[in-house]
Amino acid sequence: MATLRDVKKRIKTVVSTRRITSAMEMVAASKLRRAQQKIEQTRPYSQKMDEMLQHLAAGSSGDISHPYFAQREPKKKTLVLVTSDRGLCGSFNSNVIRRAVNWLREEGLPEVEIVTVGKKGNDLLKSRQWEIINNYSDWGGQLIYGKARDLVDFLTQRFVAGETDSIHLIYTQFISTVKYKIVVEPYLPLTRPKSGEKAGMRSQYIFEPTPESIYESLMPGYALTKMVTVLVDSFAAEHGSRMIAMGNATSNAGEMVDDLTLLYNKTRQAQITKELLEVISGADALK
Amino acid sequence: MFQLSIVTPEKVIFDGEVVSLLVPGMEGYLGILSNHAPLITALQPGRIEFQDDQDKIQVFSVSGGFVEVSGNKATLLADTAEHCEEIDIDRAQTALQRALKALQDKDKAGEVCGPEEKEAAKRAANRVRIYKETH
Repeated sequence: MATLRDVKKRIKTVVSTRRITSAMEMVAASKLRRAQQKIEQTRPYSQKMDEMLQHLAAGSSGDISHPYFAQREPKKKTLVLVTSDRGLCGSFNSNVIRRAVNWLREEGLPEVEIVTVGKKGNDLLKSRQWEIINNYSDWGGQLIYGKARDLVDFLTQRFVAGETDSIHLIYTQFISTVKYKIVVEPYLPLTRPKSGEKAGMRSQYIFEPTPESIYESLMPGYALTKMVTVLVDSFAAEHGSRMIAMGNATSNAGEMVDDLTLLYNKTRQAQITKELLEVISGADALK
Repeated sequence: MFQLSIVTPEKVIFDGEVVSLLVPGMEGYLGILSNHAPLITALQPGRIEFQDDQDKIQVFSVSGGFVEVSGNKATLLADTAEHCEEIDIDRAQTALQRALKALQDKDKAGEVCGPEEKEAAKRAANRVRIYKETH
């Protein structure tokens, strides 16, 4: 049987843990709001860019060739794994990593290399048999454009130089605050927009200077935009998961405090009863 | 009048009806009025100017991007764009100085300046110029 003092001590620790988890929940909630705003802000740009690319393909004659579209026999593959920098976010990281490990197993061993985004993925896959060629961490839970650009530059250069033949992304897509989806998505080579699929779309565009040179300057931006949408989704999902995990922890701690308080009262009463009994039996003995 | 939307990766800068638009195309500035022929062009660092539905001229600085015009609608995808009142002149000045210094250092060392340094200098110089033109 626990003594009164022990129970009191435990109640105290649980209460202070609850204070921490509820603070973390609040922080995650406000970061989630910001991350959702970011998704809203980046969406128009990527939509317009998609549209423009489609029109560009529809309006230009013949097939466009750009290194990013180069379809090669996939001998060497690269996987970009997007995780968070910090833990305490429920099953967010373990889910995406499990999915990545399954994917890596299916793809076979030696030809796959990994680029990790976020510390957790790097830490957990470091000891595995796959080679991690680069790691981008310390995002602080939000998008940093310079870093995203570095990542995209690294990937595209590797692809164009022929050091890898295809690049896939694994990340957590943010659907709603309580719903996430883990997505495996091809990144490079980019899927070629269909040229002039609908006759009506084939309007006579004026291109300045030429469709090819517009492609040349549009594609890096397009690759970056695609990566940015992936990253902002993952950050929002991370904060959402953390908010839920911390919310659960807070309510669990609350239950625990209730249970412990009950135990504390019971123990206290038992002690009083015991002391009373002792006094009474002592008095009886004196008679 | 026609519909114009200016978007950057970070936010939507402008969305509304305008009377005329002037953008720095790759081959030089071009003006766009309503019912312009379909057009797609890349942009260079420069000045965006349009006349909004209250006939007010608004000036932005842009560091590059693309414009698409089709069906009486213009879409401007800018890498970055700032309203002339929102340009941070101190930041632009220091960026320009830094870019110029980088160019000089490379020049002295006998290295060839890459396009990146030149672009950075161009972008900074553009911001400074537009600030000076409008203040």
